[in-house]
Formats: sequence, structure tokens, C-alpha cells
Amino acid sequence: MRLEDFQLELSPLSGAMPVWHARRAEARQWRTACRQVRDKGGRLVALWSTDNSDRGEGYAVHAALTVHSGLLVLTLPLLNGGRYPDISDIFPAANRMQRAACDLMGVSAEDAADSRKNAADSRKWLRHAAWPGDVFPLRKNFPAEGSPVPAGAGQDDYPFVQVGGEGVHEIPVGPVHAGTIEPGHFRFSVVGEGVLRLEERLGYKHKGVEKRFESMTLAEGARLAGRVSGDSTVAYAWAYAMAVESVAGVTPPLRALCLRALLLERERIGQHLWDLGFLGNDAGLAFGLAQFSRLREDWLRVSHALFGHRYLMDAVVPGGVARDIDAPGIARIRAEIDDVRKAVALLRTIYDEHAGLQDRFIACGRVKPELAERLGLTGLAGRASAIAWDLRVQFPPVPYDGFEVRMATHGNGDVAARVTVRFDEIGESLRLMGLILSALPAGEIRVPVPDAAEHALGIGWVEGWRGEVLIALETGPGNRIRRLHPHDPSWQNWPVLEHAVLGNIVPDFPLINKSFNLSYSGHDL
Amino acid sequence: MFQLLRQIVRTGIKTEAPPETDEALRTTAERLNAEVLRRFQGALTIRHVDAGSCNGCELEINALGNPYYNLEGLGIKFVASPRHADMLLVTGPVSRHMEVALKRTYDATPEPKLVVALGDCGCTGGIFGESYASRGRVSNVIPVDVAVPGCPPTPLAIMQGILTAISIKT
Repeated sequence: MRLEDFQLELSPLSGAMPVWHARRAEARQWRTACRQVRDKGGRLVALWSTDNSDRGEGYAVHAALTVHSGLLVLTLPLLNGGRYPDISDIFPAANRMQRAACDLMGVSAEDAADSRKNAADSRKWLRHAAWPGDVFPLRKNFPAEGSPVPAGAGQDDYPFVQVGGEGVHEIPVGPVHAGTIEPGHFRFSVVGEGVLRLEERLGYKHKGVEKRFESMTLAEGARLAGRVSGDSTVAYAWAYAMAVESVAGVTPPLRALCLRALLLERERIGQHLWDLGFLGNDAGLAFGLAQFSRLREDWLRVSHALFGHRYLMDAVVPGGVARDIDAPGIARIRAEIDDVRKAVALLRTIYDEHAGLQDRFIACGRVKPELAERLGLTGLAGRASAIAWDLRVQFPPVPYDGFEVRMATHGNGDVAARVTVRFDEIGESLRLMGLILSALPAGEIRVPVPDAAEHALGIGWVEGWRGEVLIALETGPGNRIRRLHPHDPSWQNWPVLEHAVLGNIVPDFPLINKSFNLSYSGHDL
Repeated sequence: MFQLLRQIVRTGIKTEAPPETDEALRTTAERLNAEVLRRFQGALTIRHVDAGSCNGCELEINALGNPYYNLEGLGIKFVASPRHADMLLVTGPVSRHMEVALKRTYDATPEPKLVVALGDCGCTGGIFGESYASRGRVSNVIPVDVAVPGCPPTPLAIMQGILTAISIKT
């Protein structure tokens, strides 16, 4: 799909990633452009809304879509009281994003065929009982700080879909779960042990992240961006830095970009080691968790020693990175790469040859490639269902453009495939770390960030360990954040988990869930 | 199987010494007598509640189980129900959407209901603070005995907080 085929007025955004912005799409173009993207195999990356009523412009809704030459950001100004055409029939992943936009901004999707009706699924999503349905926290007349609505402590009255029939019963799970994981609610409809339906209810962790950004300067926002989803702090911090550097018109030194890539691969390996341990454990092999968690602890300790934080929080900052690495540090990482490669190879053999483990992994929680494609599964889970998409390959930012990243994919879409992709990605990330260290140029690690233009849009787009993280930033006056939307790939993948578990038994749910390992915090915001 | 057993033997025992307790972490005066505390030494059960964290603290709580920290080696374990728990380990600023769940979990926990709040957010509300969606620090919602700062606190700091809550002053 060539950009000119869209018949939109497009302007390129400066920055590390290829992004085009249609600043003023028209209502009729909204669905047409989405349909065109979909027909060519493109995907919806994120959907969010903004309030420009203080500038006399009303609300707007934005969609970030993948096209062959990069990312297309469609902005649709809403002239008719905050309504826009539903696109969830084109991109099923849009459903929850649209509902969240309605909860937070009061803009609602209308039925594509009959604009007098709301979209078929217009239930609330992120809103529970903390604020009433006629109050919209992301509107500009809602103050950035403080809590102008009385603390709601009422019941969250949410209409779950009921499954009828003889012998069907419901198992409600959460929000407080049995293990050390994040809170969310799962409603299983089962017959015996077989799952007929799973419905998720998320939003328990909604803590007002997007509104919080609006009280911050561009410099202050970096720290919050690194805490949208703690397990992906490097990916978010880099995406945030990319967005800021885009609006400020600055490029970090090459050494800093290489170090960012080194940190991103460290984060990927650290998380994959962790998940592989837990996946073994959830299938009854405690040995796997003991071994992988030992490797991971060693990994975290090196991160702390060399970069000052076990999870690398605040290591990536706008303009560059916070900390340089010296020759002994490089030697230490090289030795670590060798150790981890050997240890993981041995553990992989043990996993592969363990009949009991493979019996639990294979054919469990399967998402076939056709379903993955239709629902828009992304990131690591997508690659395990033959969705060959990795930003480091498709649109490699510096320094990835020099490395020919080898994407790990698998066609089976089951737990075993997601395990295999993780093993493959550890190997590739170790290789990349070696290449980065060899290519590491001398020079500065950080440059000052000049003042940003007001009302500028900056996009950051990074392939984190879970999938693509997107930051959409709009500046206000005086280097302040006017609006910021952080988007986690979990938005796309949570709905697919509801499908992955169908036909499986309830006791396999923890294993299936872990094999996706989605973020609650990154989704609930 | 041979490889698996050989790897266990090769790895050996990695467990390190636990940290000393630190009375400075207490937010309220010790409210249990030595007789009660003695029962928790070597047999403490914890229910973790994530009340709205960024999930960073959860990474470190999970790390407590790795062979280096080996929390279970001290007789301390995580349980699935608050009804089986002596202590709640609470992370995050408390989101308003988790407020009811946290209070109910607290109500379901038997006395003496020890509570350890974790992380900068659990101690003060952290970077998320108080807002239309967040109640801020854990002690705004339930009573807290020990608060452990850090973003996230290291596994050693978390262990120190847990051990402080059940330490017997001599």
C-alpha cells in the first residue's frame, strides 16, 4: 500500500521511526483508511483520544496503523459532539480501546451502519466505580492534580456475558490472584473442567497514569514512562525518549543509541529467562524455575553493577542514556554472554527432552495463525502464531539497521511455540549484544534536549520483549506534556487470551496465561 | 534425567545469608508480644496483594524465591488465601479500583494482620501520588506495620522488612 493511495494529506514526523501523520482526516476517510490498511495486511497499533476544546477545536480520536513504509497516524477531529465511526469490525482489537476512550474522554464509537446507534459493544471498560459515568478524567476541564470527584467505593456493576445450558457454571477468579501476580478478574464459564468461555474484566490497576503525565514537564515524564509497566521499563523509556527527541528535533549520539539497544536486549533476555523458569514451574518442573531464576538473578546483579539498577529503570533518558560503560564492564558482559548461552543451551535440551513438560506444552492454549491474524495478535505471542512482525526487522532504528536481526517465529501458536520463540530470542539477543559491543563507537552518551515546539506530536515506537510499545506525545507550552498516551501490546493480546483458553481445561489456564505473560499495569494505566 | 540431576549437583547450593532486621522500617510501634512473635519465627505465611503497582515490586517479590534468597528456607512462604496468612505484603499506590479488594483481603486475614507496605508507592504513593484514580500510600487504606521504600526495593530490602515485622526485641 503506497501512502499516496490513501488520498490523505500526510506530513512526515521527524525522528527515529518512519511515521506519517494525517492531521485532519475526514469522517468518511476514517473507516476507508482503516479498511485499506486492513486489506493490505496492516494492523491497528493504538487508538486514543484528545481534548482540544480549550483551543476551540473539540475532541479528536487518533489511530496508529501499520503500513508498508512505517506507521500512519490518523487524526479525526470530532465535530459532532464527540462521536466517530466504530472500527472494531475492521480491527477487533479496537473494541476495548474505543471503550476506554469513552470512559476517560467521553468520546464514543457509533455503529458503522447507523450513526444514531452506539457500537455494538459499548460497555464500560477501564471505569469501575471510582468516578461516575458522566465524568471524564482526561478532559481538559478535569484538573490535572487532585481528585475532584468523591472517592467512589461502590460496587462495579459490569454486565458479563452469561453462558446458559445444562451443567454450565461460572468460576470467578480475582482480582486478587492466588500467586504473586497483578490483579484482574477472569470469569470462566465451564462444563466440568472444560472452558466454554473466558471473559476478562481489567482496569483494577487504573491509577490515572495518562492524567498524571499532564502535570509534568518533558524531562519529568521520563521517570513515569519507565513505570507504566515496570517489567518493560527500557522499552517504555526508549519510546518516550524517541517521542521527546522527535518534538525537540534532536538525535542522541550513536554511542547512546547502541547502549539503548544493549539495555533493551538485556531487558528482553532477563524477562525471557524469568518466563521460561515459570513456564517450567507451572507445568510441574520446579527444577526449571530454580535454574532459570538463578541465571536471572546473576543477570540482574550484572545490570545493577554496570547500570545502577537491577531492572535498568531510568537508564534511558531523553537525549541519550544515563550511564556509560567502560572496558572492564564490556569484558564482564562478554563473559556473561558466554555463560548464559551455555547454560540456556543445556536447559533447553532438558526442557526439550522432558516428556512430562512437553506433554503439558504441546497443543495447549493454541492460537492458530488465521485467528492471530484476524484478531491482531502481536509481539512475541504473535510471532509464535506465524505473525512475522518485529520492529527490529521491519523498521530497524539505529543501531539495529546494521545488524540484520533474525526474527524468531513459529507456526503452532501453542504454549510450546511461545516457549520456543523465547529460547530462540534469547539466542538472538545474546548475539545482538555481542554485535553491539563490537560496534560500540566512542563519544558522548547524552546531548542536551532543546526546547520543544508547542502543539507538536511525537511518536515513539519500540519492540519491547512483549511486543511493540508506542508512546504518542503532544506538547504544551513551556516544554510541558499536554497529552500522552502510552500503549502496551497487551491491549492487543489480552482479548486473544480469551480465545486461546477455549477448549482447554481450567488447570491449564495459569500455564497458558503465563505463556503470554501480559501486563495489567501497562493496560489499565 | 541424567542431565537434570547432574545440573542440580553442579549448581550446588547458592543460598546467601538473610539480612539483619531494621527497626527504622517500622511505621507503628511493635504491637505483638514476644510470645506471639516466637510463633512466627520460622513459620510465617504471607499473602501478597498488588493494589495497583507498576509490577516492578512483583518482580522482586518473585525473586525472593530464587536460590540466592530462598525465602522458604527461612520458613516463610506465600499462600493463596488471606485466610491462611499471618501477613499481607502490599504493593503499589492503592488504586481506587483495588480499594475494596484490599480492604476485603485485610478483613479476611486473621489476627494479628501484620501488614508490610512495599516500594516508594506503597510508602508514599510514589510517582503516581493521589488522584481521581489513586488513593496513594497503603496506610491511607489499611493499617501498616512496616514500610519498605525502594523503586522497586531489592529482595534483601523486602526480606529485611518482613523479618523486621516479626523480630523480637531483646
